[in-house]
Amino acid sequence: MYGNLTIIEIDNFGKKIEEEDPIKLAEFEARIARGEKIEPQDWMPFEYRKQLIRMIEQHAHSEIIGALPEGTWITRAPGFKRKLALMAKVQDEVGHAQLLYAAAETLGKSREEMIQDLLNGKSKYSNVFNYPAVTWADTAIIAWLIDAGAIINQVTNSKGSYGPYCRALERICAEESFHLRYGYDTCVHLATGTPSQRKMLQDALNRWWTPIMHFHGPPDKISVHGEKLMKWKVKLASNDEMRQQFLDMYVPKIWELGLEIPDPNLHKNPETGKWEYTEPDWNEFMRVINGDGPCNKERLAVRRYAEEKGRWVRMALLRKEEKYVVPLA
Amino acid sequence: MKIQSLDPRINRIELPEENNNTRIPPMDQWQTYEVFHQQARGDQHKHVGIVHAPNPEMALLFAKEQYARRSQCVNLWVVRTADVYATSYDDADIFEPAFDKSYRESWGYKDTRQLIEKFKKEKEMASPATPTSSSISEENHSSEETSKKKVVGKSGIIIGKK
Ligand SMILES: [Fe+2]
Ligand SMILES: [Fe+2]
Repeated sequence: MYGNLTIIEIDNFGKKIEEEDPIKLAEFEARIARGEKIEPQDWMPFEYRKQLIRMIEQHAHSEIIGALPEGTWITRAPGFKRKLALMAKVQDEVGHAQLLYAAAETLGKSREEMIQDLLNGKSKYSNVFNYPAVTWADTAIIAWLIDAGAIINQVTNSKGSYGPYCRALERICAEESFHLRYGYDTCVHLATGTPSQRKMLQDALNRWWTPIMHFHGPPDKISVHGEKLMKWKVKLASNDEMRQQFLDMYVPKIWELGLEIPDPNLHKNPETGKWEYTEPDWNEFMRVINGDGPCNKERLAVRRYAEEKGRWVRMALLRKEEKYVVPLA
Repeated sequence: MKIQSLDPRINRIELPEENNNTRIPPMDQWQTYEVFHQQARGDQHKHVGIVHAPNPEMALLFAKEQYARRSQCVNLWVVRTADVYATSYDDADIFEPAFDKSYRESWGYKDTRQLIEKFKKEKEMASPATPTSSSISEENHSSEETSKKKVVGKSGIIIGKK
């Protein structure tokens, strides 16, 4: 899972693009324009490295924190088959985090530093995971529709320019198709079930619609455009483009189940072929991303607990002569 | 303040709401191992990624969980990242052929047939005996065959042979 690179911070930290070697920069850009991948040992501008670390790290945190709202339902899953499937999905998400941390590591930031920055709130993760999974149906909505949004984002990013990130995403996307089928099956099961099962699903959809609309990040007209990031194939589609793609693929499927989407203005404009909708509350989005959501504290506290309680085991296994080397690919 | 969660298990461990004291020590996540898997007997082992692990045995265990929990695999290798020696992308020109290396390739020997034809023709010229009807038809046949034959050039483009 993953919310889009929602905030591209423009700061003055590090080397500015004007200070880079113009010949090397031109070679680098030509390589990307030819569709070749950049590998960890290649020369790259500081800004490229910085934005990629930020994006891949944010993606990794989203996977590992994203495992929490669903993970909490493993013990209460309805039936053995659902329990096994949910365990498998949650394990996949943690595995995705590890693949992504590894990709970010190749750019020179250690896993220790990344976990540290997650715990002290310096780096973000997808905003949707600051909302609780109130009922079993919430986990169904997450597995179907949040993962669906994530897949659109991940398939898009897998065509990017950085080799290790593309390779990790390829692995991840293959597993996401199971998540999507599992989530869809779970939702359909409730939607075609008893009146109270249907109501549980509808309530969950009502709760999750705003986070779903937030998922791909602020609308293009208010978010910072990264022309350079597009040119460098770090960002490959705008937030609104990905949101449109999501609506196009999933609104008809939601309606088919007889569910109501809590936005009376949602419709496809037959002339433009684009979906029109009520903008979700972007102030809420900013407030939650900055720490004031219903579950921000719980997510970090649980992650911190796991980190601290597991440390003695890791330290007991650590051999004195061990040395860290940046992974190759 | 303690964290209030919908999950009773989280309430039971009474997590503090504010705590910013975690400091992750260096080597907390150990070193990395490069992982290679073999999908079926007879296949080459292929690099698939890394795992963080404290020793080779655990690296194999984590590699199985990470890279073989679903996809087909019959064998795994792990190698400490520190033990891998690699060429540099900056030196990629060492792989460029420095001169014509056609002598290394099968397509470098495509003129063999032409040589035979030339040899036969020259031999015929040297002894201009009155051709018999059977030798004429043979000659016609062979020249027709040569003109039809297509030769694949170095670039992979099919060249009609004159
Ligand atoms: Fe997923
Ligand atoms: Fe995932």
